[in-house]
Amino acid sequence: MARRPNYLNLFQIRLPLPALTSILHRVSGALLFLAIPVLLILLQQSLGSAAGFDAARARLDHPLVKLFLLVLLWAFLHHFFAGIRFLFLDIHIGVDLPQARITAALALFVSVVLTVLIGIWLW
Amino acid sequence: MVNRLVTGAGYGLLSWLVQRISAVILVIYTLFMTIFLLSHRPLQFAEWKALFTPLSLRLFSLLFFLSLFLHAWVGVRNILMDYVHPTGLRLALEVAAILALVVYAAWSMQILWGA
Repeated sequence: MARRPNYLNLFQIRLPLPALTSILHRVSGALLFLAIPVLLILLQQSLGSAAGFDAARARLDHPLVKLFLLVLLWAFLHHFFAGIRFLFLDIHIGVDLPQARITAALALFVSVVLTVLIGIWLW
Repeated sequence: MVNRLVTGAGYGLLSWLVQRISAVILVIYTLFMTIFLLSHRPLQFAEWKALFTPLSLRLFSLLFFLSLFLHAWVGVRNILMDYVHPTGLRLALEVAAILALVVYAAWSMQILWGA
């Protein structure tokens, strides 16, 4: 009898598209969790005073900070769209494999494209 | 007989439900914030400050933050359960995540009502 709980060797698994969307949902969630204190600091500073608001805005102008925020933006968008997809799957919408593949690709694609577009727009 | 670990999944249904309900609240707040930011470009301090002044908006934001932290807890715990196998280390990381999220909750209330 197999010992419970079982753990899988992730490196031996070939990822179909929905699985890629799923694991990236997890990766992006972890990134967003780690970013919480940074974002709280920014929010606190921007709401504290007019000078703080300007200081926070100046901080965001630094290219490295922008790059960091773009990565976070991708993480947020992917988590957002993939998450909405999971909510629909929970109520049995889009469960069939062809649909599930299309929506998985859509979540991946839309979040990357939006990240690039917003990046170009805000840079 | 199931071997119950202190860091195991427990019954799970409540966590599952918390994850979904908080997700819906996060989506609603995100849409609201996106519309606000898109209609206030470039953002001025006065408008930003005014947004968070009414009690309704502070409570809405509080709901957002609490949903975010509960959502983060369920997600972080799922990740730790899948990838961190030694019970002691997993428990330590879970406690660290809980403490961080409690601090964030108090901090976000200070941001919303303080100053």
